This record gives sequence, structure tokens and C-alpha cells, in this order.
Amino acid sequence: MNLSSTIAALNSQILQDPFGEYSWILNLLFYVVFIVFIFYGQRIQMYVMIREVEGSLYKLKYIKDEGRRIAIETIKELGKPQADPTDRVDRFLEYFTISPQNLDPAGVVWKLEHILDVRDVRFKDEVKLMAPVADETQANNLENMLEAAMALNYIYKVIRHYYLLGKKTLSLYIIMQLQMILPLVMREAEAYASALKAFAYGQPIGDGVGALVAAKLMRGYEKRKVPKDCVVATVPLEGRTAFVIKAEGPGGNVGKPGDAAKLVIEENEGKIAMLVMIDAALKLEGEALGEVAEGVGAAIGGPGVDQFKIEEAILKYHIAVNAAIIKEDIGDAVSPMRKEIFDASEKAIERVKQLVLEKTKEGDKVIIVGVGNTIGIGQ
Amino acid sequence: MSKTTKSSTSSTVKISSLVLLIILVALVLSLMALIAAVLVFESDMLAAGYLLLLGAMGMAFSTYVMFQTRRRISLLKIESPQITTTVECKKCGFKSVREFQRGDYVFKEVEPCQKCNEKMLITAIYRDVKEKIKEPVAP
Repeated sequence: MNLSSTIAALNSQILQDPFGEYSWILNLLFYVVFIVFIFYGQRIQMYVMIREVEGSLYKLKYIKDEGRRIAIETIKELGKPQADPTDRVDRFLEYFTISPQNLDPAGVVWKLEHILDVRDVRFKDEVKLMAPVADETQANNLENMLEAAMALNYIYKVIRHYYLLGKKTLSLYIIMQLQMILPLVMREAEAYASALKAFAYGQPIGDGVGALVAAKLMRGYEKRKVPKDCVVATVPLEGRTAFVIKAEGPGGNVGKPGDAAKLVIEENEGKIAMLVMIDAALKLEGEALGEVAEGVGAAIGGPGVDQFKIEEAILKYHIAVNAAIIKEDIGDAVSPMRKEIFDASEKAIERVKQLVLEKTKEGDKVIIVGVGNTIGIGQ
Repeated sequence: MSKTTKSSTSSTVKISSLVLLIILVALVLSLMALIAAVLVFESDMLAAGYLLLLGAMGMAFSTYVMFQTRRRISLLKIESPQITTTVECKKCGFKSVREFQRGDYVFKEVEPCQKCNEKMLITAIYRDVKEKIKEPVAP
């Protein structure tokens, strides 16, 4: 029997009666599947979602464990501790901060500032104990790195909580919500993972572009330290006097630009023509990375204490506040600075100069604040 | 002090033994179905055809699962991007680009210039990203 005739015979048999005497099995199978899907369809869908969440949870666990490992290794390498820092790192990763009660909102900013100061001192002390040999720059970098590891630990624990809760209660709605937000959560976790490495090595991150602009402006001029953890330089700019402020680098540090700006305003008895703030801002999808945009208002993120202080000071002396933002997404903001963002710092400088020229007169005094984490950026 | 960045890969990540066992069993069963297809070909062509189909599908499915598992493991890595440091001599303009080293920071004075022996300055530290994912476009 040749091959073509064999195939033809097989074909005709399949076409006439594909399952022969066993066709009832297929019919039964079809009805069983139909009935199962009617009654258990939602549950099957839920199990599929749970599997998907489980996969992401594995990845989150891996990222969290890697973060912890990198943190411990870096502390051992830079801090040369006498005892094993693992237990102390594990304790640090579980730290929490309770925000102040705001039932009576009057004075809540100062309460929040106090809590944040206490937290900052506590973190610095812990880092000193973990890494006694580390210098100030390294200690700041280690503190930032531990905060990134802490964020990864927290993300993992929250996702694990809802995953287990969903599994325990078999609630489709808990699992569904979790599955829906997972892509965004994973993006954030991956961003923190790359931030962790940047902090460990002391590399500039995307968020530091504001500090980079200020550093470029103040380069070559005398600087003085101002509270808290900031530097200010008096720079001649287009016939005006510019007080350029940034956090003190190159260690990982955001400083308190609010305090620094307030101090410079007070020193000049409020005779400031304009305040310009430069900061990185989250871009919307579709916007170009490193795009520079201008606006008004205090461009500064964080818990809001510094923004409040700046707004109070400019209101008291009726100072105009302008802002230039450099757009980037969350991943770029906390990971090593991309070339597009680095190049955007030059564009931002040009915009600031143009703004100063257009909005102030010769001989005026202006304050330029470069906001952001100054890791890997000197002055 | 000068330590270059390294990419970290964990050797602890392994394929779960249960998954591996299931894949192996599926492969063996598929192989058996293929052998059975050859054996019954002369006596029952229809059965041989279905066994062949079953065997081929089983082989394809288990191979796919195996590749997917390997892919998932390769995704479980924290990528270390390539960071570039640009060093410039402010006197003669000599510029050199090298890999980032721990301790580098923007505006740090580093080794003397090869041309004029003046101290050089780090003027840029950045990562250059070649976009791998095609971004969706909107009108």
C-alpha cells in the first residue's frame, strides 16, 4: 500500500465517522464540560487569576530577597561591622512610621515634620551601628539603599496579604482587584530594585535631575552649608544675583530645601524678585522622557512639609514662584539617570535663564532651588 | 574602592521538581503514544492516527511548558544596567568615556589628564538605554 492511498483511506474514514464506536465518549465529554463551566466557571476563572498573582508574588519575593541580600552585602563591604548585620537589617526592614493625627488639622505640618525628623535620626543611628566605618557619603547611600529594601519588603508583604486573604475567603473580588493592579505594582517594585543597586553604588538617579541643574549652575562659585543638609551659592546670572540651593552631595540626600529657601529669603529681608524651583516630575504615558515644562507653584514632592514652608515664606513677602519640571516615569525617577534626563538638565538651565531674563530686572535677586535626591552629584 | 558594577544572577533559582516530574511524565507518555501509533499502524489506521496526534500534541505541550518555565526563571533577574562616566579636562578639552566605578560622582576631580597633566573632572554619569519594547502609539 503506498503512502498516498493510505492517507486517502484514513481521511475518508475520519470524515465519515471520526470517532467510530467511541463517539458517545466525546458527546458525554462535551456535556460534562458544559455543565462544569456553568456551575464552576467563575471558580475556574478565579484559580487562573490566583495562579497569575502567585507568579508575580514569586517574582516579588525574589526581588525582595535580592534587595535584602544586596543591602547586607553592601553594609558588610562598606561598613566593616564587627558583628553580622543580618539581624539588624531584618529589624530595619520592618520599621514603620505612624503619621500624626489630623482630626484637628491645625499645626499638623509641624507634628509631621517632627515625626520625620525623629525617623531620620533613628535611621541615621541605625546605619551608624550597622556600618561603623562608613563615611558620611557612604552612610547616606546606605540609608537610601535600606529604605529601598524596606519599600520592597512592604510591597511584597501587602501583595502576599491580599493573595492569602483572597485564597482563604475564595473571594473573586479581592483576587480580581489584586490581579488588576499587579502590573503597576510590579513596575514600582522593579523600579525600587534598580534604585537599590544605584544607591549601593552611589550612582545618580533620575530624581536627582533638579539637583544636577543646581549643581551645574553653582559650579565654580563659593558654597556655604545651610540647614538642613543643603548648600547655597551666590551666582551672577544674566545681570541678576541668583542664590542657587541644592541638597549637599554626593551622598544620597534630599535635604530640606524648604528650610534653606526660607533662610535665604529671611537673610535678604524678603527682597527676592522670584523663586524658581526645578524638579523631576512624573510624566504621563505618551509624553517624551526628559521633556521640560514650565509652570507656577512650589515644585517639590515628598510629605509636603517643605512645600508648606516655601509657600508660607513666599506668601509672607509676596514672592513670585515659578517652576520648571523635567518629565520622567517612576522607573526612571528611582533608577540610574538616563542619558535623555541628563541631557534635559541643559535644556532646563536654558529655560531657567530665559525665565529670569523675562520675569526680573537687572540687579534683582532670585532664588533657584534644585530639588531631588543628590546621590552621585557633587557641587 | 574602584569596583565596577556587576550583573547579579542567583543560582538558587531552580525549576520546581514537581513541575519537572510532570513535564517528564508527559514527555514519556507522548513518546509512548508515538511508538504505539507506529505499532498499530498496520492493524488499525484510525487508532494510529489519533495516537500520532495525541503524541505530537503531548510533545509540543510539554516542550512549550519547559521553555516557559525556563523563560520565567530568566525573567527573575535584577538587571544591572551599563552606566557610563564621562571624564573631561577643562583645560585642554580632552574627553574620555569609561564604565562607572564605585566612588564616581558628577563634578568629582579624578586622575590627571593624559595630554596636559591637569586634573580631570567627571562631567556626566548616565545610562544609555536602547529601547527594546515598542511603545504603543496614540493618535
